[in-house]
Amino acid sequence: MLRYALRRILMMVPTLIGSTLLVYLLVFLIPGDPVARLAGGEKRLSDSTIAAIRAQYNLDDPFFVQYAKYLWGVLQGDFGHDFNGNSVSTLIATALPYTVVLALSAFVLKLIIGVCLGVWAGLRQGKFPDKFNLFFTIFFLAVPGFVIAYFSQYLFGIKLHWLPISGVRAGFPLAFIMPAMVLALETASPLARLSRTSLVDVLRSDYIVTATAKGIGPQRIMWVHALRNAFMPVVTYLGLSMAALLGGSVLIETIFNLPGLGGTLARAIDTQNGPVVVGVSVFLLLFYLVAALIVDLLYPIIDPRVRHV
Amino acid sequence: MTALLEVQNLSLEFRSQGAPPIAALQDVSFTLDRGETLAVLGESGSGKSITAKAIMGILPRPASHITGGRILFDGDDLLTLSAARLRKVQGARIAMVFQDALSALNPVQTVATQIAELYRVHRGMPKKQAHEAAVDMMRAVRIPDAANRANDYPFQFSGGMRQRIMIAMALALDPDILIADEPTTALDATVQAQILELLGEITQERRMALLMITHDLGVAGQLADRALVMYAGRVAESGPIGPMFDNPAHPYTKGLLGSIPNAAHRGGDLPTIQGLPPDIAQRPPGCSFNPRCGYATAECRTELPLLDVFAPERAAACHHKQEVIADVALGA
Amino acid sequence: MSESTTSLIISHRRRGRPRSGLRSLWKSPFFDIAALIIIVVTLMALFPTLFTNIDPRDCDLSMSRVGPEAGHPMGFDIQGCDYWSNIVHGARTSLEVGVYTAAISFVIALIAGSLAGYFGGVTDSIISWTSNVILGIPVGIASLVILYQFRSRTVWTIVFVLVLFSWAATMRYMRSSVMQVRNLEYIQAARGLGVGPWRILRSHVIPNAVTPLIVMTTLSVGAGMAAEAGFSILGVGLKLPAFSWGIQIALASQDGNWQIAPLLMFFPTLMLGLTTLAFVVLGESLRDALDPKARR
Repeated sequence: MLRYALRRILMMVPTLIGSTLLVYLLVFLIPGDPVARLAGGEKRLSDSTIAAIRAQYNLDDPFFVQYAKYLWGVLQGDFGHDFNGNSVSTLIATALPYTVVLALSAFVLKLIIGVCLGVWAGLRQGKFPDKFNLFFTIFFLAVPGFVIAYFSQYLFGIKLHWLPISGVRAGFPLAFIMPAMVLALETASPLARLSRTSLVDVLRSDYIVTATAKGIGPQRIMWVHALRNAFMPVVTYLGLSMAALLGGSVLIETIFNLPGLGGTLARAIDTQNGPVVVGVSVFLLLFYLVAALIVDLLYPIIDPRVRHV
Repeated sequence: MTALLEVQNLSLEFRSQGAPPIAALQDVSFTLDRGETLAVLGESGSGKSITAKAIMGILPRPASHITGGRILFDGDDLLTLSAARLRKVQGARIAMVFQDALSALNPVQTVATQIAELYRVHRGMPKKQAHEAAVDMMRAVRIPDAANRANDYPFQFSGGMRQRIMIAMALALDPDILIADEPTTALDATVQAQILELLGEITQERRMALLMITHDLGVAGQLADRALVMYAGRVAESGPIGPMFDNPAHPYTKGLLGSIPNAAHRGGDLPTIQGLPPDIAQRPPGCSFNPRCGYATAECRTELPLLDVFAPERAAACHHKQEVIADVALGA
Repeated sequence: MSESTTSLIISHRRRGRPRSGLRSLWKSPFFDIAALIIIVVTLMALFPTLFTNIDPRDCDLSMSRVGPEAGHPMGFDIQGCDYWSNIVHGARTSLEVGVYTAAISFVIALIAGSLAGYFGGVTDSIISWTSNVILGIPVGIASLVILYQFRSRTVWTIVFVLVLFSWAATMRYMRSSVMQVRNLEYIQAARGLGVGPWRILRSHVIPNAVTPLIVMTTLSVGAGMAAEAGFSILGVGLKLPAFSWGIQIALASQDGNWQIAPLLMFFPTLMLGLTTLAFVVLGESLRDALDPKARR
């Protein structure tokens, strides 16, 4: 078990380096002046700001030294300062709670919707729940999240006045219901599909027949034997789905004007505040990697076969 | 004295949408007494497995439909029992051992948990006590270091050990009948011998009836008191195994016995039964075996032979059984 | 899972005659509608003049945000330009992003997956490691940062960034398909006979492994189109004066424009939604038709 954990963490390191390096490369190594690029090419910066930025990113050092210093800084929680001298880390810290609330709510909602729908479909193969599941998954898989978002804003916000269209003034949970729901619907489809297929496969397994031959009742068979086995592939998938969730949250926060990491990122793009764009993005990348790692580490708890590999 | 288990004229169909029904079993009858071992012999598709599943109550739904007959056990017709009453029988009074232990066991539960489940569900035993009973059962089937291995998972055992675990599970509640569906087919020869030995000993100790499904005549010969030979969903022959093997009454049985390789065949071709088993969706008219039968006559191609008792305890479904008996007696 | 004779019999009977792949496609109404939508949109993209004679840049500010009227089925946008005309001209760019991304991704995945799967060894290690790193990066966020860097963004810029991240998943699939096929006996026989690897790849391995790839690629066209729109909304998409549904949606979303005139948002989202739905339905139908075993 410990070996699995260590191995998994070790595997994360090259991905960590690889992804941050890729981003860093594309920000700082493209021919041209990185500082100008960060400023979006239209802003005029004062000489002192330029110097400060150059120093911050160690732009006079050879590339790999730059990168190493940056990564080192990031791992210690230092994301530098923006053009106005504000600490990016502070910005991130302020925005983080909103994103966490949104992501967690969406995660829980999507888990409930996806799994319940999938299991329902799996239990009633070929009948209405199954067909409904198919339509649902195709629809929400295909139609982009922002379309759903604008549509709900229009329906529930403007026409029906049930929920606030944007902002966090209405507080939790009102301000988060629509965004979390949209995000959940956007990402629930693969989960629903997977739950259904997994359950159907498990129900056809030999060990379910054995359980019947042991005189075990259908309730116990479903809850103790079938569902647990059916959920294993689902749990594996959950880790991967974090990426979609985080990526989707950027757009959703923008549309619903939530001051989370995504919203901050969008605003920074708008105001051409380069260091914030880079800083928040790198943070989100790390956030995702850690979240995926945690989910991966939870997996051996569920599947004993992995513990002894 | 009534038999422990009596299958009477069992007929079963597979039905699926858009296709005509398939008669998987036709008019199958046999009995099983307390303490006796009955081998059910036949090729793939002969219906032996499905007969076992019918008795056990685990027929594949919704495709399977019983179209006739009864399965009498201890005064009840298993086919008409309510689901709740059937569950009381399953696992506790009739238990089954499957062919592939790896897929038949739940991969994410420890072996002890799976054995203990029987005690907990049928006898309401508390967890700890059930666990102890499970470990005892593992010892009874001679799994070494049972107490420690109880918390291991099926994938951590070898094939032979896994089969012992299945047997432990089946024997846990001391059932009256043990059904073994090809229990040794997936194992190699030495392990096979051990498992058979174990089965033989245990069933004798506990005076348990054993219904052994197999295609291997050697296995049948080793353990069984009586044998039932099935072909294309019908019973071809039944009777005590010794006399049957010495002197078969059905051409199919004769063919099976004849195809067992022995030193006498050295240097020549191995004898086989010509042709292939029929597609049970399209059986030949009359006796299903007639296309492959050396004794077939016009009658065989039109009249279905019924299972007929021709000597004490011996029955065969063949128009020419007397000929067949006579043939073998001459040492053919 | 052991496959008993019984279950083989039952499942064979249920399947009946094996559906002859593509022919069964025409029978499904969903496929027909999806195909129709795609054809219409493609025509819009290639021959906009078939659909409208009005110049999308012929704008009259006094008509700003006026609703639909005779001769102008979708009304006017914020600048007072005919919206229907804008939408028609926008089809091309949106479709281009989706199709080019999917197509180039397909080619890269095909080549990389074949090389990695067939030759194994160092080639496989490098390709696999790279794809693992890429797969570990959340696409949306990384794309944002990268697009931010570019002063001018064209269709190809966006395609480049999207392809950068999307080849990995498809490649993985191709690689495992190739590895499966490579171990089939007749392939081994061919190798034993001295048939060269390129020939084997071309004639045997790729044709067998490519079907799921085609399905995945079709399914991903919509994602590319949606991504373009997403980037536009965030401000890192295509720049004016280009036309695309994404830009139109972005413009509508700014300054609460669509709250005053909801149709500004409705029309481009409708087109985008219908088109992405059509591609997904197309992909799903293809999957059902070409590989019945994989059906759900």
